[in-house]
Amino acid sequence: MTAPLYVSTRKGLFRLRRSAWGTWEIQCIGFLAEPVSMMLEDARDGALYAALHLGHFGAKLHRSRDAGRTWTEIATPAFPNQPAPPADPAARPAYNPEAPSVQMIWSLEAGGADEPGALWAGTIPGALFRSGDGGDSWSLNQALWDRPERKAWLGGGYDLPGIHSILVHPRESRRVTVGVSIGGVWVTADGGASWHLRSDGMRAEYMPPELAHEGNVQDPHRLVACRARPDHLWAQHHNGIFRSVDGSASWTEITTAQPSGFGFAVAVHPTDPDTAWFAPAQKDEKRVPVEGKVVASRTRDGGRTFEVLRRGLPQEHAYDLVYRHALDVNASGEILAMGSTTGNLWISENGGDVWDCVSHYLPPIYAVRFGAI
Amino acid sequence: MPRIHFTRQLERFLAVPAAEVEGSTVREALDAVFADNPRLRGYVLDDQGRLRKHVNIFVGGQMVDDREGLSDTVSSDAEIHVMQALSGG
Repeated sequence: MTAPLYVSTRKGLFRLRRSAWGTWEIQCIGFLAEPVSMMLEDARDGALYAALHLGHFGAKLHRSRDAGRTWTEIATPAFPNQPAPPADPAARPAYNPEAPSVQMIWSLEAGGADEPGALWAGTIPGALFRSGDGGDSWSLNQALWDRPERKAWLGGGYDLPGIHSILVHPRESRRVTVGVSIGGVWVTADGGASWHLRSDGMRAEYMPPELAHEGNVQDPHRLVACRARPDHLWAQHHNGIFRSVDGSASWTEITTAQPSGFGFAVAVHPTDPDTAWFAPAQKDEKRVPVEGKVVASRTRDGGRTFEVLRRGLPQEHAYDLVYRHALDVNASGEILAMGSTTGNLWISENGGDVWDCVSHYLPPIYAVRFGAI
Repeated sequence: MPRIHFTRQLERFLAVPAAEVEGSTVREALDAVFADNPRLRGYVLDDQGRLRKHVNIFVGGQMVDDREGLSDTVSSDAEIHVMQALSGG
């Protein structure tokens, strides 16, 4: 049985299941008309989590323990509350009007197999939260929040910085890598008690030349790790593609990407770290498909060469953009899903050689994610 | 007692019946409501207890001044309306 595909959109959470005939059947499984910024299926117990980004009422988190039939609102990651401002206006300077509040949940990941109930959540404004009880309560990871470098983080497409990628090492659950836009790559080896900047080798074209190689100003749009070889990572960065083979101790720029090194998303084969897929777009200020042609790209040799994949993708007057969480590959490495800002959803069942559009009419797609089961 | 009403737009998430509450400030009136409906707090206020950017509160038809401290006074016969701002979409 093929794992289902979850699609988080501006107007709800959808699930697609592959029928015996090979078609992918769409079902809305929750939050119709609400923006779903991220979802997670926890392989350890099958629980589903859905993060909402309500325009008026803030971030909210829901959990289902019955495969999406019913949902329960659970605790939302939130900053510790500072005392209310004093009534005396003269005493107001002691109150910090800039004290933070979670704006959006941008990433959700399960902890290790050895820590049931552990969850990680990455947010805008750049805070990392951890739950030890399946989302019933959350605590701010103070160690990362208190890093002095965080004050220099910048927003990447949003007013404030955000944690978009959380990579939990499959065999060492205390080793977690996070990607920050715009704040580089950070790694903990002790479950979050301490953090180290690990962006060496990345390059920032949008900074003054003397700062271009500073680790803290790097903008990895998305980080992924090969499931079987988790020290092999790929980064789709704001101004190109980077690769690490040493657990992010160092990064190498990949300069051979075609038709463009710009994009938001990346997916890596679950067992072959040299195979990765990208959703390239015309760089930087334009952010539309190159020449109006939607393509994906694939490397099978660690970035030495790339193939441009276009069979089944629109090649004329197409203006789809694939957001950073909207490209995924399943556990076999054969089935890919790609969703766009114009609501198109494509699936390839042969590693990207041919794509089939399973819907032209979904709401703008924020994330696609194959189920764990 | 002041009476507080919530936008019907909240009803798709949780029950928000109008309520008569004790309080001489907007903060006090809201805290009284949240005591019985703690989930509602995070829909109206952010992590620091400030009024959410795209939520407005009106007291007697006047938009509140103090969106952080919520110290605007509330008379004993005040009608308080918590509304969503269209700036939020």
